[in-house]
Amino acid sequence: MAQTNHTEQHTLIALVEDKPGVLTRVASMFRRRGFNIASLAVGNSEQPGLSRMTFVVNGDDYTVGQVAKQLDKLIDVIEVSDITKESIVTRELALLKVTTTPMTRGEIIQIVNLFRANIIDVGSESMVIEITGEQDKTNALNALLQPFGIIEMHRTGVVAMVRGQANGLATGYAGRCNGSVHN
Amino acid sequence: MELTGAEIVCESLLKEGADVVFGLPGGAVLPLYGALSSYPGIRHILVRHEQAAAMAADGYSRATGKVGVCVATSGPGATNLVTGIAAAQMDSVAMVAITGQVPRPAIGRDAFQETDVTGVTLPITKHNMLVMDVKDVAQAIHDAFHIARTGRPGPVLVDIPRDVLLGEKTEFVWPTTTKLPGYKVPGEAPESQVAAAAELINKAERPLIMAGHGVLISHAYGLMTELAEKAQVPVITTLLGISSIPSDHELNLGMSGMHGMAYANIAIDEADLIIGLGMRFDDRVTGRISDFAPNAKIIHVDIDDSEVDKNVKTTVGLVGDLKAVLGQMLPKVEANVHIDWLRHIEELKIQHPSHLVRDSNELLPQYVLQRLTEVTQGRGIVVTGVGQHQMWAAQHCKFTEPNTFITSGGLGTMGFEVPAALGAQVGRPDSVVWSVCGDGGFQMTMCDIATAVESGADVKFAILNNTSLGMVHQLQDIFFEKDYVASEYTANPDFVKIAEAYGIRGIRVTQQDQVVNAVQQAMETAGPVIVDFMVKEDEIVYPFIPSGQSVKEMLEEPAPGEPSSKSSSKRSSTGRS
Ligand SMILES: Cc1ncc(C[n+]2csc(CCOP(=O)(O)OP(=O)(O)O)c2C)c(N)n1
Repeated sequence: MAQTNHTEQHTLIALVEDKPGVLTRVASMFRRRGFNIASLAVGNSEQPGLSRMTFVVNGDDYTVGQVAKQLDKLIDVIEVSDITKESIVTRELALLKVTTTPMTRGEIIQIVNLFRANIIDVGSESMVIEITGEQDKTNALNALLQPFGIIEMHRTGVVAMVRGQANGLATGYAGRCNGSVHN
Repeated sequence: MELTGAEIVCESLLKEGADVVFGLPGGAVLPLYGALSSYPGIRHILVRHEQAAAMAADGYSRATGKVGVCVATSGPGATNLVTGIAAAQMDSVAMVAITGQVPRPAIGRDAFQETDVTGVTLPITKHNMLVMDVKDVAQAIHDAFHIARTGRPGPVLVDIPRDVLLGEKTEFVWPTTTKLPGYKVPGEAPESQVAAAAELINKAERPLIMAGHGVLISHAYGLMTELAEKAQVPVITTLLGISSIPSDHELNLGMSGMHGMAYANIAIDEADLIIGLGMRFDDRVTGRISDFAPNAKIIHVDIDDSEVDKNVKTTVGLVGDLKAVLGQMLPKVEANVHIDWLRHIEELKIQHPSHLVRDSNELLPQYVLQRLTEVTQGRGIVVTGVGQHQMWAAQHCKFTEPNTFITSGGLGTMGFEVPAALGAQVGRPDSVVWSVCGDGGFQMTMCDIATAVESGADVKFAILNNTSLGMVHQLQDIFFEKDYVASEYTANPDFVKIAEAYGIRGIRVTQQDQVVNAVQQAMETAGPVIVDFMVKEDEIVYPFIPSGQSVKEMLEEPAPGEPSSKSSSKRSSTGRS
């Protein structure tokens, strides 16, 4: 489709039924339609029997609009919303295992403190650091720790929430069950 | 009373109005068959191959507007359904497939005939489910039928382990509602958008309606014709939209797209407004997207939100049930005449007469269909396979009633012609059903001629026998320097003898003057009949817009006397059986 929109990062949240196979359905849809998931996080929601998913998707407005519509079409998906343009909070948890020596340990601890991250395991030649925050924060910590040697990193993917009273879903994504008028 | 899972399936089928199922038993699903014998209200039609069960359910659904039901056993039985299910998904056909599964304790252990059928069919069903508790069976069947028939219809597969079908009994309680919190069915579209669409129509000078399968599914043909007549807007039908407006309606321009009428394609190129109704701007319809309707604004009405703006950028996109939306739109659309536009299209028809069949002494396939449709007077149902004969049927057969042209459009499934015709005939026993077959496709599913005979499905099979995979042959002719690898048959069976072997009548036609008589005889004969039309080989379907190209690259049939764009095949005549 001839579209000149540039690629940007979108954050989508979905409320889905907590049933076997839901994740497969979602993942299968992304794969077969050629959409890329930058990150995906799933967990229980405030309502029993329902889970919340947060997707970070890279794409232009057309692609992300398609992602939202295709997600919404899945029977087990109750609601989808592109909250990129809303006022939102996002968090991601990451664990990083870093190589340490008696020489570098002190400097690493300083960096960790600066980031208000936590050291949750210390070994003779490595330590495990826990960091929570927006993705940029983890990216920055990761960059600073690279020179020391990162043995392992595991990020959970972003979870997101709209600020204020709204539950994030009432807004809907552009065009949801509404069609569109372009001029 | 407490019932087994199998009995609950039968009770639920009756509640849903499913009185016919197509299937073939096996170990895992046998308990369901055990129950079927106590439910005379459900007619089971035993097929010869599960592929036919799915495709017969498809044909049944399209012919009747009801949900088609097919049944298969676990493993190979279920995987044999797959092609038919995929075809139903692509063409938005309401279908419920019920499969037996290995017993619950065996699941995940690679048990005998265990296949992860919900996994296999996940991308080719509207929805599917594995029912792990006998208490959930009734709800599952109820939900499956609801999903299959509402919104944009599609196939739903319900996989039931053997020990759920035949184990613990439970009280049969028919659910009063569906349990589908995430399932939405659009109705009307927002008024402001309908108004925006109506304004575009009122301002347009060269508008065109493009009518798809949705017009038939939504029963919107009456309102669509009203709209077309009120504003004098010509109507183009997609392959699946054929029969949504009578063929002889003066505003009907026929099919457009890859093998559509040249004048319809040119009209799209010149139009200033395209009104897409219940269609999805498939690549066979649009050709190269950047050159599709370059001068037009686009209104798109579809019940599936994800279709709007998917392939073409719309000016106004309306999500809703087509019949409801047209009901909203009609009062807002002003009466119009579009005299210049309609006159111009009449001129295009004269300049590009792609609906005419050239004079020839040979038995042209187009000629056969023209005579056939004259004899039936466009009444009854035409089912096709996939290939050249399908395109010629779409171009030359005439239709008077909705839902009378049944063809595998989206998936393009060869072999559809035999079982889908069987299903259509079972669903509409009073209609004459002609199955227009390719000799290739016919041989993929002709085992189910036996099913037609057994079930008294009075299908008339017209094989347009070119002793080749004609459409492939055509592509090789044009794009592969006539390298006819693997597209010519040298040992086709004698189809008249095949007919006789099944105990039915077979008629061979080799000349033009035999066509009408053969068609009449077939219709006068009780029971299925196979007519083997030995048509001219190496015929090309025109017009032709090659894949990924536009109307500017359209090939039209050379005028008589002009050199043909192709030379004759290098094959000898021994290919004839
Ligand atoms: C199941 C399947 N296999 C392969 C194809 C590719 N294909 C499309 S048309 C065609 C030729 C069909 O031959 P036939 O049924 O004899 O019809 P004809 O084109 O000769 O009218 C083939 C092989 C297909 N559409 N479906």
